[in-house]
Amino acid sequence: MTSQRAGTISEQILSRKCDRDVRAGDIAVCRVDTVVGTDGSGPMAIDYFERMNGRALFDPSRVYFSLDHYAPPDTAATRAFHERIRAFAARYGATVFDVGEGISHQILVERGLVQAGDLLVGADSHAVTCGALNAFAIGVGSSDLAAAMLTGAVWLRVPESIRIDLTGSRPHGLAAKDIGLEIVGLLGSEGANYQAIEFAGEASSDLPLDDRLVLSNLMVEAGAKAAIFEHDRVTAAYLADRGGVRGEPVQPGPDARYARTMTIELARLTPRLARPHAPDNVAPVSETGDVSVQMVFIGTCTGGRVVDFHEAREAFDRAGGTIAPGLQLVLTPASREVHDRLLADGTLDRFIRAGAIVTTAGCGACCGTSGVIPGDGMTVLSTANRNFKARMGNQTASIYLASPAVCGEAAAIGRIPANPRTREPENPRT
Amino acid sequence: MEGRARIFGDDVNTDYIISSARKRSSIDASSLAAYLFESIAPAFAASVQAGDILVAGRNFGCGSAMEVAATVIQAAGIRAVLAKSFSRSFYRNAINNGLLVVECDTSSVTEGDELVITLTANAAEVRDVTCGIQLRGAPLPAIMLRILDAGGLVGFLREHDGWNEPTA
Repeated sequence: MTSQRAGTISEQILSRKCDRDVRAGDIAVCRVDTVVGTDGSGPMAIDYFERMNGRALFDPSRVYFSLDHYAPPDTAATRAFHERIRAFAARYGATVFDVGEGISHQILVERGLVQAGDLLVGADSHAVTCGALNAFAIGVGSSDLAAAMLTGAVWLRVPESIRIDLTGSRPHGLAAKDIGLEIVGLLGSEGANYQAIEFAGEASSDLPLDDRLVLSNLMVEAGAKAAIFEHDRVTAAYLADRGGVRGEPVQPGPDARYARTMTIELARLTPRLARPHAPDNVAPVSETGDVSVQMVFIGTCTGGRVVDFHEAREAFDRAGGTIAPGLQLVLTPASREVHDRLLADGTLDRFIRAGAIVTTAGCGACCGTSGVIPGDGMTVLSTANRNFKARMGNQTASIYLASPAVCGEAAAIGRIPANPRTREPENPRT
Repeated sequence: MEGRARIFGDDVNTDYIISSARKRSSIDASSLAAYLFESIAPAFAASVQAGDILVAGRNFGCGSAMEVAATVIQAAGIRAVLAKSFSRSFYRNAINNGLLVVECDTSSVTEGDELVITLTANAAEVRDVTCGIQLRGAPLPAIMLRILDAGGLVGFLREHDGWNEPTA
């Protein structure tokens, strides 16, 4: 492609997908590589698709539905949503990730179904997670999903990008969640609205892929349209391991222009949490005061991967290894792969013997659609991404968001730790 | 378009518009309308009148991209939402369903004000009859105006045979 300048990662991906040189502010109709809906957004998308006189999917091999929000369905109505999606997928040839397979964007990442340079449209706001793999991944509603299923395209305003440089050496025990919450707190709830975030800096290339997924995931809480990492050896190794090399990696051009640039100095960061009732209501854990906790939830597309449960287990064990009296500890792996690995390595067994509740892989209790609902007036500490009032299905509950390690420690001591213990240096995150 | 202003603050997320948990029983907007804003304004659903206009602060519709947040507002009889700013996913969903969204400085509008909205070539003008001020909405991209004109994305795609049209 000939172009005047290379531009940001976002500009380059979207230019490729519309076959012309587009820049921030331009409107473009772009070809999509992958389209994914959920049991939350899918039934409504099927309605729109039928009203659009849809007769066929643009490419059935690129259309996926994940049954993750109602996993398992516990009412006739939610079961009917699943049957509707199954019937639609069978008729038109789309792929269904069934109950227990996991959260849509987690499955796409694990199975190599999203590649560097891709444009992914997901009817789930946390589809931005896939940006960790150097893809332009956006969350949309059901009507845009239906249009993409039908036409293989989506119209987009090419966003300006915010460049976030991660620098300095990361302290032992500092979780990706801590970094992500810090950024969301700094940006505020709409600090990146209509814009893409592009991560850079030497500390960014040191981040394992699981940590990149956490950061990309959380950026939608600042309104970001997409949150993209550069392609490097970590991306290449992960994708090669997941059987896919069809992607076209994209790096920012030396002439890329950014709406703003932020620098996050990791060496100075300490564990963070988000206080009720907004993800950008961020403070150091150490400044939270004495808050007793009645429910701890470890799971979701932010904090439900293997490494998260390992960090939670380590912190839980170091804090005594028994669940605090009266506290409910709920674990929901983000996918079946995560579940099976935790089963094989003894992590689930450890937690189950301690008295934890383990639920079906998927979204779990995150948005009150499946899993455990907190009781009236309860305080919940969670590895999730949203803590809006009533988010988990009870509007009198108060939700704090923190890293898996802080959640694991809280499960043992029954309150938010005043000074979260740090991990052993000889056990670095891999 | 005329209507009565109903005031909300900043950062009204889609879960506050309609709880995710309510979608468990139905995605039919008219049956969900009874729960509109139940978490933050429990009396609202009973008091809403056809033609009311929502007037909010910054970042209206943040959080989940669930489209029922737009369709439930419509099902309650609300024809437009004014806000200082909108989350991108809600903004798209609203336009895709033919719900008028106007980005403008809403700080001087108060509860119950009589509003008159007029569409110009590429933006909306809002007149607050009660306090005698005029608000100008931010211009909409051409493609959004065409989707709105078609009554939403369904109408647009049916009329245009897909995206086949210039999109400058």
